[in-house]
Amino acid sequence: MKKYSDSELQQKSILYRLALLKYIKMAGAGHTGGDLSCVDILNVLYNDVLNVSPENFHDKNRDRYIQSKGHAVEILYVVLAERGFFPETDLETIGKYKSPYIGHPTRKVNGIEFNTGALGHGLAISSGIALAGKRDRAPYRVFTLIGDGELAEGSNWEAAMLAAHYKLDNLLAILDHNTLQITGRISEVCSPYPIDEKWKAFGWNVITADGHNILWLRKVLNEATNLKDKPTIIIANTIKGKGVSFMENDTRWHHRVPSDDEYKIAVKELETQLI
Amino acid sequence: MNITDQIIEGKANLEIFCDTLIDLARKDSTIIAVTSDSRGSSRLIPFAEKYPEQIVEVGIAEQNIVGVAAGLASTGKKVFVSSPGCFLSTRSLEQIKNDVAYSDYPVNLVGISSGVSYGALGTTHHSLHDVAALRAIHNITIVVPADNFETRETIKTAAISNKPFYIRFGKKKMPHLHSGSDTFGIGKASTILEGNDVAIIACGETVFPAVEAAKILYNKGISTRVLSMHTIKPLDNISILKAAKECKAIIVVEEHSINGGLGEACATIILEAGLPVPFKRMGIPEEDTVTGSQMEVFNHYGISASGLCNEAEKLLRKV
Repeated sequence: MKKYSDSELQQKSILYRLALLKYIKMAGAGHTGGDLSCVDILNVLYNDVLNVSPENFHDKNRDRYIQSKGHAVEILYVVLAERGFFPETDLETIGKYKSPYIGHPTRKVNGIEFNTGALGHGLAISSGIALAGKRDRAPYRVFTLIGDGELAEGSNWEAAMLAAHYKLDNLLAILDHNTLQITGRISEVCSPYPIDEKWKAFGWNVITADGHNILWLRKVLNEATNLKDKPTIIIANTIKGKGVSFMENDTRWHHRVPSDDEYKIAVKELETQLI
Repeated sequence: MNITDQIIEGKANLEIFCDTLIDLARKDSTIIAVTSDSRGSSRLIPFAEKYPEQIVEVGIAEQNIVGVAAGLASTGKKVFVSSPGCFLSTRSLEQIKNDVAYSDYPVNLVGISSGVSYGALGTTHHSLHDVAALRAIHNITIVVPADNFETRETIKTAAISNKPFYIRFGKKKMPHLHSGSDTFGIGKASTILEGNDVAIIACGETVFPAVEAAKILYNKGISTRVLSMHTIKPLDNISILKAAKECKAIIVVEEHSINGGLGEACATIILEAGLPVPFKRMGIPEEDTVTGSQMEVFNHYGISASGLCNEAEKLLRKV
């Protein structure tokens, strides 16, 4: 894997955001806010952490990435395209009749491991993969991205119990903690707080990180699986709509598509962030 | 078998499930059993003792058991999830739909103590809806084996298949319904008895009462075809239409709600083919299900030799 500098990765995040908005605009649909909140996480995962590439995607010892918050699929498509899993031009078909590039991940798209999108599924699946890895003494690690609104799904807690019971230290969950869901603040819809204490009580290592700080993300995502005997969750504090000021921290952008004018303003704002 | 053959009792199908898994695991370390505090009721304790590294216990958590199983299967494990059919089929229906069937990983879901096997425990523990729920899910084969032979063959086939299965078992000892020379194929009904007056299409633990009914009808000069329709999806349309053309009446009997199960599936095939054959679904009707032992529940709803005989004679009078 090519070794990028922090500033190169920071530039990539901006380019990913530009591509994301382009294809959401083109498709006329997408989960804009929740895509933007996890851009930096996916960037660091696919460019600095995961032992996954188009060449080794069928190798049984590849690292696995399961996106439990499947609705943020557009940014996953953008990152996979840039990493060479398929041509970027495929993204022009997102949401089109018979296109495999639909609004939630499917295995019809190269690079995707599981068909997710119904919330509360990724952690159990990831625990099963991690458990197989433990039994087989395989070197791979399993990463799963969970939304914070998704924590209300009880199936997460069934899986959390199991992962701690089996000491799945090859499993890393990342919580995209952008604090908003479609109805409003997660604390007001049905509060999952205190999040860190809940995971600790379930027997997990808990690390809190700035989910937009490339430097920090590189460190915690690379080092967390070195912690032994417990699964780890990184509570990544993020901003829904990150990178476009008028989309940030605004629930209305959960799955809104920018108008022509909004798109132009957003692109301009992102372009000024490029070096 | 022949109508005059003596019926010989076999083992419970679940014991055969365990024996077969042990046989498979002997040569294949990728066989994994997954249980939800259900290894005892699944009769899997001998497997767990022999291959402790090949059993995964998830506790009483049916959503989790299916998600975890899908994860295991995605790494190449040959996974058999064993949990009561009443919980496994619908508590985890979304995991079955998405993580297994839609994601297309070959998890084998084994619904134990299904139908009214837990008769006196009541509706919470009856699974009279599992086949109906799973029939509407694309990419899962549904098999309800009748006897030890069908069980062994189903488990062996499922273990090497790269597609998801739901395999449904009861609890009690099953008589042998096949002779040594019989062959078995998923999606191909087993003809247990030949006959051309009435056909009884049955599955699982209702095949034996169908055979008993055929014996009584034989003494009354009525010949009965008994089909073990072990595979409910994909359905053996050819055998169903053949029976509808060659027999004067059709009964479908199942240990399931009459809504959405084998009976409705057969009726659809026959109706769409335009065959005007007298037809009766037998199973558990749309009502608060009576409780009691499995046999008492069966007798109550006519899933018995005498109940099936009565229906057969009633249908034949219409001809």
